[in-house]
Amino acid sequence: MQQSRVSIRNGKFTTSMQWGGSGAPLLFLHGAGGPMVGAPFLDELARHFTVYAPAHPGFGPGEGIEHLDDIIDFALYYHDFLDELQIDNPHLIGHSLGGMLAAEITALAPYRVNRLVLVGAVGLWLDETPIPDIFIMNPQQLLQAALHDPAGPLGQMMAQQFAAPERQLEMYKNMSSTGKFLWPIPDKGLKKRIHRIQQPTLIVWGASDKLVPPAYGEAFLKAIPGSRLVTLEKSGHMSMLEEQDAFVQAVTNFLL
Amino acid sequence: MKSHWFHLMPYKYLPEDFPQKYSSVWVDVPSQLYDPVKGHEIYNEYLDELEYADRVGFDGIIVNEHHNNAYGLMPSPNIMLACLARRTNTAALTVIGNSLALYNPPVRVAEEMAMLDVISGGRFVAGFPVGSSMDTNFAYGQTPATLREKYREAHDLVIKAWTSPDPFIFNGKYTQLRYVNIWPRPIQKPHPPVWIPGGGSVETWDFTAQNNYAYAFLSYFGYQPAQETMKGYWEAIDRNGRDRNPYRAGYLQLLAISETDAQAEKEYAEAASYFYHRCLHVPDYFAVAPGYMTLKSIKALKSPFSFENLGKLKWKDFVDQGYIIAGSPKTVRERLSQVVKEMNVGHVMTLLHFGNLSREQTMKNTALYAKEVMPYTKNLWNEWEDHWSPKPLEMKQRAKAAAL
Repeated sequence: MQQSRVSIRNGKFTTSMQWGGSGAPLLFLHGAGGPMVGAPFLDELARHFTVYAPAHPGFGPGEGIEHLDDIIDFALYYHDFLDELQIDNPHLIGHSLGGMLAAEITALAPYRVNRLVLVGAVGLWLDETPIPDIFIMNPQQLLQAALHDPAGPLGQMMAQQFAAPERQLEMYKNMSSTGKFLWPIPDKGLKKRIHRIQQPTLIVWGASDKLVPPAYGEAFLKAIPGSRLVTLEKSGHMSMLEEQDAFVQAVTNFLL
Repeated sequence: MKSHWFHLMPYKYLPEDFPQKYSSVWVDVPSQLYDPVKGHEIYNEYLDELEYADRVGFDGIIVNEHHNNAYGLMPSPNIMLACLARRTNTAALTVIGNSLALYNPPVRVAEEMAMLDVISGGRFVAGFPVGSSMDTNFAYGQTPATLREKYREAHDLVIKAWTSPDPFIFNGKYTQLRYVNIWPRPIQKPHPPVWIPGGGSVETWDFTAQNNYAYAFLSYFGYQPAQETMKGYWEAIDRNGRDRNPYRAGYLQLLAISETDAQAEKEYAEAASYFYHRCLHVPDYFAVAPGYMTLKSIKALKSPFSFENLGKLKWKDFVDQGYIIAGSPKTVRERLSQVVKEMNVGHVMTLLHFGNLSREQTMKNTALYAKEVMPYTKNLWNEWEDHWSPKPLEMKQRAKAAAL
């Protein structure tokens, strides 16, 4: 896979994108934590698909967030993105905030999207199962809530990354941008639009997800007719990292 | 130099183990700790203190805005000024907050402030803070990344609502109004003086300078951080081509005055501890929501802002590090004059009540300041004209409240 710099709407937005592989196009939309550059699951997916994994505006190397005010602006940005890069009828995989975004992109124009995969997606709200306030969590609390085994090797590696000052600044930027779409409660009207999603949809959830609890997987399942739910037992919010093989298998089984 | 009497209106009955037992004095502080019957008592006590400040000759009295907060019981400072407008005569009435982004539509602020200016005969000063992250983002749910843009837009609308002679259309990003046409209109023309309270961000200094407003530095940490901030502010004044009129600047200072320095410790140490240890018990995770400060400002921070170190400090630290200017009248007036001159500050916002200080002690503190400090400081800066204090109606034009 390779890294490219991408410019959208005549330079109003600029960002970096990891892309490569062969097969049907697949757009991966990352979550609030930022792009997952170099994550092995992307390489695995690239064996079967032409993977596009851009950083969103306002996340990591992505610029132009000041031109986006709400989740609809954000979804329309990705419609422009697909137009300008001439990516035709891609599969969408959206994780967390990216899941909300993938659902909105699809609901706005269902004919643009092939199949849809939502992983630990936000965008719905259940009064009886409130999503915790991610904006006041420190890295340690985030990892506790996000991972099935926070003390394991993945947790240790992520804790180490969080400790670096550059990563803390990047997280400030990412969370600041996330606030434009999720503050103060991640419920911005998807429930009024989700009925428009007609494509075959796979919902992937970690059984130990404490950031976006599994009840939300059920809620998406109920809201999208004909969708399927796969629960990964040893995952929290980061199943593509926590149970990479099972994740890739579930996704490729569904998409191929 | 002008002396203003600033009230925070803290709740005085937080338990002694509050910092150990509860995570924050703000945002999610349990409301079971609030007893409205005691609240009734202290609102009236605090209003008495503000009225007393007017009677003993303070140039102004100041109220401010906080939400979900046990040390600031004024979610609506305008209500407090309304109480005070008819029971005070000469003091400037300054509201250091309305946080403009919180009001929908913002013309509500233009209307209420015009009402206060009219009721008080033109004694009103309008403070427009962005507002703390706790108040605006956490308590009032404003999106951190767009708070400042929304604030600026609301500011433009309020000023235009005060000054435009005709109804106008406002097509903003955050507010759209087909008919902006506020009644009543302020007495002061073109509009009441504007103060911009701030915590030290570069953007706010330039905004204040460009608009020819006064800057009010609000910190509870005394003159040491204020010196740094004021230096930056005066540089912004220079680069925007304004003069160094000291009345462009105000700063807040805790003061504890008694007969002697030793007596001051005896009388004020407990209230100071209540203030710094219970009232300012704020966890870092509420201090700056992501996006509340620009990435540029975050990068410019020498160390991350934190309330959490306050727990370790004692009376001696508060005095030595300048958080509080304390002691005999002589000590206080010398120290105060010196720092005011160093910082070129025309408005001192005195905090003569803090923490759980009693009514009697507050009155004593206030009386000593009026009698023993003010006469020595009031002629400072006589060579400058103060354009940032109100211009009220002549006394003979003023309506008098009827006796009860």
